[in-house]
Amino acid sequence: MDIKDIIKPENLVYQKTPLMTDKPLSYCPGCGHGTAHRILMEVIEEMGIQSETIGVAPVGCSVLAYDFMNVDMVGASHGRAPAVATGIKRCWPEKFVYTYQGDGDLAAIGTAETIHACNRGENITIIFINNGIYGMTGGQMAPTTLKGMKTSTSPYGRDIETMGNPLKMTELVAQLPGTCYVTRQSVHSPRNVRRAKKAIRTAFESQKGKKGTSLVEIVSNCNSGWKLEPVAANDWMVENMFPFFPLGDIKVDGKLVNNQ
Amino acid sequence: MKELKLMKGNEAAAEGAIRAGADGYFGYPITPQSEVMEYLMAEQPEKRTGMVVLQAESELAAINMVYGAASTGKKAMTSSSSPGISLMQEGISYLAGAELPCLILNVVRGGPGLGTIQPSQADYFQSTKGGGHGDYRLIVLAPSSVQEMFDFAFLGFDLAFKYRNPVLMLSDGLIGQMMEKVELREQLPRTTYFDRSWTLTGKPDGQERNIVTSLDLDASRQEVHNQHLQEKYRKCQANEVRYELLNTEDAEYLFVAYGSSARICQKAIQLGREEGIKIGLLRPITLWPYPAKPLAELAPGMKGILSVEQSAGQMVEDVRLSVGCGVHIEHFGRMGGMIPTPEEVLENLKKLLITK
Ligand SMILES: Cc1ncc(C[n+]2csc(CCOP(=O)(O)OP(=O)(O)O)c2C)c(N)n1
Ligand code: SF4
Ligand SMILES: [Mg+2]
Repeated sequence: MDIKDIIKPENLVYQKTPLMTDKPLSYCPGCGHGTAHRILMEVIEEMGIQSETIGVAPVGCSVLAYDFMNVDMVGASHGRAPAVATGIKRCWPEKFVYTYQGDGDLAAIGTAETIHACNRGENITIIFINNGIYGMTGGQMAPTTLKGMKTSTSPYGRDIETMGNPLKMTELVAQLPGTCYVTRQSVHSPRNVRRAKKAIRTAFESQKGKKGTSLVEIVSNCNSGWKLEPVAANDWMVENMFPFFPLGDIKVDGKLVNNQ
Repeated sequence: MKELKLMKGNEAAAEGAIRAGADGYFGYPITPQSEVMEYLMAEQPEKRTGMVVLQAESELAAINMVYGAASTGKKAMTSSSSPGISLMQEGISYLAGAELPCLILNVVRGGPGLGTIQPSQADYFQSTKGGGHGDYRLIVLAPSSVQEMFDFAFLGFDLAFKYRNPVLMLSDGLIGQMMEKVELREQLPRTTYFDRSWTLTGKPDGQERNIVTSLDLDASRQEVHNQHLQEKYRKCQANEVRYELLNTEDAEYLFVAYGSSARICQKAIQLGREEGIKIGLLRPITLWPYPAKPLAELAPGMKGILSVEQSAGQMVEDVRLSVGCGVHIEHFGRMGGMIPTPEEVLENLKKLLITK
């Protein structure tokens, strides 16, 4: 049997969205970035808004996101993606504009831009990949690094007294009236991938409805930075990251969920 | 009929931006240029032309908003004064690297540090030699009147889009704050056509998407990109040098001065000529590309050249580079927000170039 006999339209159960380019992903095997890219692109495909979408790539492991996401994209400087997105959206209010940012990008160097874009209620969608570490630069401590967690700049574990507490940016921006939909998801299991995708859809729908800023945090792994194999990294994430960064909606339709 | 108006320099720049068809202004307050955003907010250009005005949370955010808007082909502008412009340098380098057009106005104040709020010209090095990282150039326009604050918004956007490069209007607290008569131009329409060869407007069906970035991790390609930038800068140098000559026909001494210093020199020339000292002025309008050639051509006929700047002597380096040896060149300047008087300038011309 030739491969062409197998690949027939009627046998097709799953297909890579054409909104992902054919370029091989540059991420480490097992990294959550790739899955997050895919579901984001699937949402844009399903909503039929590819020609109306402009994405903003960060500085971090996903700096080359525009190599993989087949939409018009701009690369921002480290942390400034929400400002770049603001500039685009203010001039093109009819376009869908999103940022895709890591925790160092969004919650350290870009804290001011994140908070103020959310506070102004910029009608954009922020996809926030929280892996508790600076993946790109080789595993340094991030604002979201857990207490006691070892990184290359906290080799004896994060010491709260001298290094501060891990920052829950998502809960923080949920307090701002400008945000409409704020949620925390993960992509480590098929069920979670489905939920995360639904969340991204909700975020883009709220952008469509001009409801204000929507932010989807995805708690993700960094097996290279954490120095764990992919499966062990996911287990570590479930055991250690989720208790501090609990999954679920934090704000829906402008209202905080569960007395957040 | 001419439309004449008495305006502050900062207001003229803001009105110029509106009439030049700007799509967006993003800024953060700082003296002595806050009137730019204040004027825009009061004027509500959104109602006049659809132009967006936003007060950003910082100059960092402002320049990156400009970067975002510019990446979509929109005419975007920011303004600030020295400390704020320093804060923008990373963003300006990104704009240059990604070849994005925009207009940046620096109404310079005295430095270094928080310095003072009075006028200065001490940001010349930062503006013309590359304030941020990497091998890049800005096209730098130096207005010396309120009229030019208005006109250079048009010229600035034209050059920015012609070369896909940031244009810096290097003004100072004196030109920004003083009031003069301005002849206003007619409103230009905002652009509705976007050049899909580089702008982001959303990937049209069946067409390639666009990417705007300054990143290329492949060193050999990054070098090619740099060579392309240098080629573009050479074109600018060949085609965009602008300057003005005053009383140079019979001059024996030459002032070289831009912006507010050029205005002070005009009066000093008059005073000097009353005493029989034949002085002329070369006023660079583009500080980059620098009018090196016209200056080199004038210089041999001069007994001496005085570069007059409100700085410790920054532009004088370009004067020396342009002219070379053989002509006596001196610098005179005040610093830290002090403005020289025409008498003081003439006094120093005599002291430095005549009596020696
Ligand atoms: C102004 C500036 N400072 C520092 C850096 C270096 N840098 C690049 S990526 C990065 C951290 C990225 O971490 P994160 O945002 O968490 O993304 P991840 O790689 O983990 O996905 C840093 C510090 C830079 N490029 N620019
Ligand atoms: S370093 Fe970490 S975040 Fe970066 S690609 Fe590898 S696993 Fe993913
Ligand atoms: Mg990270």
